[in-house]
Amino acid sequence: MKNLIVAPAPHVHSGDSVRRNMLLVIAALMPAYVMSVVAFGWGALITACISIAACVLFEWLIAKYILKTRPTIGDLSAVLTGLLLAFNLPSNLPWWIVVIGAFVAIGIGKMSFGGLGQNPFNPALVGRVFLLISFPLQMTTWPLPEGFAGGYVDAATGATPLASMKQILKNGNTDLISQLPDLWDLFIGWMGGSLGEVCALALLIGGVFLICTRVITWHIPVSILATMAVFACIGCPEGMTAGQYIGYTLLTGGAMLGAFFMATDYVTSPMTPWGKIIFGIGIGVIVMVIRTWGAYPEGMSFAILIMNAVTPLLNMYIRPKRFGEKKK
Amino acid sequence: MSKALNTFTNGILRENPTFGLVLGMCPTLATTTSAINGMSMGLATLFVLVCSNVVISLLRNLIPDKVHIPAYIVVIASFVTMVQLLMQAYMPGIYETLGLFIPLIVVNCIVLGRAEAFAAKNSVGLSLLDGLGMGLGFTIALTILGAVRELLGTGAIFGQKIMFSIWGCSFNMEDYAALIFVLAPGAFIALAFLMAAVNKLRS
Repeated sequence: MKNLIVAPAPHVHSGDSVRRNMLLVIAALMPAYVMSVVAFGWGALITACISIAACVLFEWLIAKYILKTRPTIGDLSAVLTGLLLAFNLPSNLPWWIVVIGAFVAIGIGKMSFGGLGQNPFNPALVGRVFLLISFPLQMTTWPLPEGFAGGYVDAATGATPLASMKQILKNGNTDLISQLPDLWDLFIGWMGGSLGEVCALALLIGGVFLICTRVITWHIPVSILATMAVFACIGCPEGMTAGQYIGYTLLTGGAMLGAFFMATDYVTSPMTPWGKIIFGIGIGVIVMVIRTWGAYPEGMSFAILIMNAVTPLLNMYIRPKRFGEKKK
Repeated sequence: MSKALNTFTNGILRENPTFGLVLGMCPTLATTTSAINGMSMGLATLFVLVCSNVVISLLRNLIPDKVHIPAYIVVIASFVTMVQLLMQAYMPGIYETLGLFIPLIVVNCIVLGRAEAFAAKNSVGLSLLDGLGMGLGFTIALTILGAVRELLGTGAIFGQKIMFSIWGCSFNMEDYAALIFVLAPGAFIALAFLMAAVNKLRS
């Protein structure tokens, strides 16, 4: 009789929880993480371990000693933030910069607003953008994929495909087109860059897994990628076919990671389907504007943060019709 | 006597323009890229605040109520012009860095706010002390904010590079400088953390 609980409806619980969703997202990120360990070796392992450990530690410290609430590290959201932050960093980043990033992500991006569910911006991206502005040199020195032969801090570095794209777009430097890696290589993932932007295929597998397990819906990723493709189709530079440019647009940088894993964060994205589609289109347009005309070669993190700020507005204006409500 | 002391310390501690009243945020955020810039901005505002408080207090029974704001602005603008010309003549370097924010002291909420809320109702002596207290509070706040941003953003305080060693390891703060603190987002972050610390100390 102990299980007989008197409470108002609903009585059936699906068993869904924050912890379960976080676990599924972490599982979905694993193929991409394995690929980045294959590509960057020790750097990928060390950066991710430091990032996750620091995020969990800071969340625990802040919850226990500053907010004086029950620590919430058990819901694994700090682990996910740490993993996503590491995915946004180059693998040869000095360890203390990773720790600063984790502090900013958890301390400023999340806990200063009151913890999980209260943060207006994606914490991992707050951390990344803070680091990108603070340490522009270290944050844009990308190691080449050399596997475990590369070492941690003394890895060989080189330009990313996106940096070459920037040159082509800005200076009309069409000679560089022949130097861009093969599209198939990009899809499989063998290029310099952050941990999480090496293998588009692995990210795609993770993203489809999340949609199939209903952790995320298709609206945000599809609308982001479709907007970027349309924009690429219109703004294709000389000396490249539209198909090629669309390929480079979608397979390089943080496009896949951002569309499937960063923009779909529950707390910071709109709730209704139409809201999500507008949110995605907004991100797609901002990314392409930054990539084409901005100073930075990649704008995924900025685009997502800007649209995060618009999310409350979208939630306010785009509401589902109430049952029984008449259309005007 | 205690009333005079109270008026003076009010601006520095209880109603600190930056950390307590949260007034004059525009110069606070924009000019505190280094400790020296923050301090000069604070001192320029201090001068204007003291002078305008005294003059407005002297004229408080002569200014008709209907035109009191324009009259205050004229008084404040005169002193700001004096500061501007003096700084241009004797501190051209700092004048260049602060640029537009010197003439913008005219519309600084603290200056007009104290004229309206204090100098228009109190005697000359008290108004002088209020201007001094508020100005010093503003200067101290801006200097602290500037020093924090300069230390974190460039690894120096008042242009002096900070180097130290712990357990035989020497650290040069310059190597750990986070550029964001010299830029606008760093201003907001540093101000937020300082304000939280001040609130914590006060409670």
